[in-house]
Amino acid sequence: MSEAQPRLAPGVRLHFDKTRDAWVLLAPERVIELEGPAADIVRLCDGTRTLDQIVDALAVQYTADKAEIAGDVADMLAELAGKRLLL
Amino acid sequence: MLDDPAAELDAAAWARVFQEAADLGVLQVHLSGGEPAARRDLVDIVASAHGAGLYSNLITSAIGLNERRMLALRDAGLDHVQLSLQDADAGSADHIAGYAGGHERKIAFAGIVTGLGLALTINLVVHRANIDRVEAMIDLAASLRAGRIEIAHAQYYGWALRNRSELMPTRDQVDRAIQVVEERRRGLVIDMVVPDYYARRPKACVGGWGRRSLNVTPSGRVLPCHAAETIPQLEFWSVRDYPLEKIWLESPAFQAFRGTDWMPEPCRSCALKESDFGGCRCQAMALAGDASATDPACELSPFHGRMRELASADAGAPIGAYVYRGR
Repeated sequence: MSEAQPRLAPGVRLHFDKTRDAWVLLAPERVIELEGPAADIVRLCDGTRTLDQIVDALAVQYTADKAEIAGDVADMLAELAGKRLLL
Repeated sequence: MLDDPAAELDAAAWARVFQEAADLGVLQVHLSGGEPAARRDLVDIVASAHGAGLYSNLITSAIGLNERRMLALRDAGLDHVQLSLQDADAGSADHIAGYAGGHERKIAFAGIVTGLGLALTINLVVHRANIDRVEAMIDLAASLRAGRIEIAHAQYYGWALRNRSELMPTRDQVDRAIQVVEERRRGLVIDMVVPDYYARRPKACVGGWGRRSLNVTPSGRVLPCHAAETIPQLEFWSVRDYPLEKIWLESPAFQAFRGTDWMPEPCRSCALKESDFGGCRCQAMALAGDASATDPACELSPFHGRMRELASADAGAPIGAYVYRGR
């Protein structure tokens, strides 16, 4: 499970909505607005990184403590997977 | 309404429309028809939608699409394919569609789509002839590896109004179908539009008139919804004459029922008017004879009782012959 390399499900795309000035996920018949660091998390889900590697990259990007952000990142990925936006 | 092919917008015009749509803030485009695969320049059209940054969905019956074309479409940036199936059983499916062999073709096409890594939604239009097989239809869609299933109970305007006595299910059938879907959606993404002829309050049709979406016909007329031409007094503008943003903001057809100021009673005083927007204008036109009337799906409509009676009478009648679109 920890070796899984999450990626967006087929037909799901990260997009910057210029009109609304927001990052969104575009999926069949759905638009999901991504707030705060969510877009950065999704961008790292390209099928080449494990959860651990994603948290590492974010810790660097946000100059944050790995242990502090790991739980939130895992929760977010679980939520996207639950909505079948992430594999 | 099916337009004359000679009057259709060319690929360059569609490219302009897509760019104007993207600039207006549109995020997704659904390419539909008729049958969009009948356009020889479909790959160019998809490429320009993608180039404008739009998420593209191809709604097709699979007729006219082979693996070579699907590969070209995928490489042009197509995001998603929606395919309709008429039943779990080929004989019944072909009869409902009026097209012998269509069902098997569609099954093969689903394999091509998923084989190319394209996202697939299977759309199941549910009515009396197939409603008892909803579970089998869901099983079929799941076996075809659809990422998503859409279940649409037939709404009664356009061709379905003409065929209503052949299509209307009973209340029990509808309730059972809804129950099946609730059980199966734990494991599958299933979006369902429940029929409103047995409802007490209507749905916010298209998310409210001129709020969330617009429809451009093959010849370039811009409509607030796909059935809006059934409302005789509306004046539609064309992308041949005006930029899309101007049409969206100012055209008489869009302004006619936008917001809530146009509403007569009982909608005008209703606490739900900003949630359901009075329901469907086209259904009000079809069943109440007045496009600004309360949608008869609402129990506050004077036509609601009559709609219920019609639904029960039709559901109790034997299934006769269908009248097919385009023939």
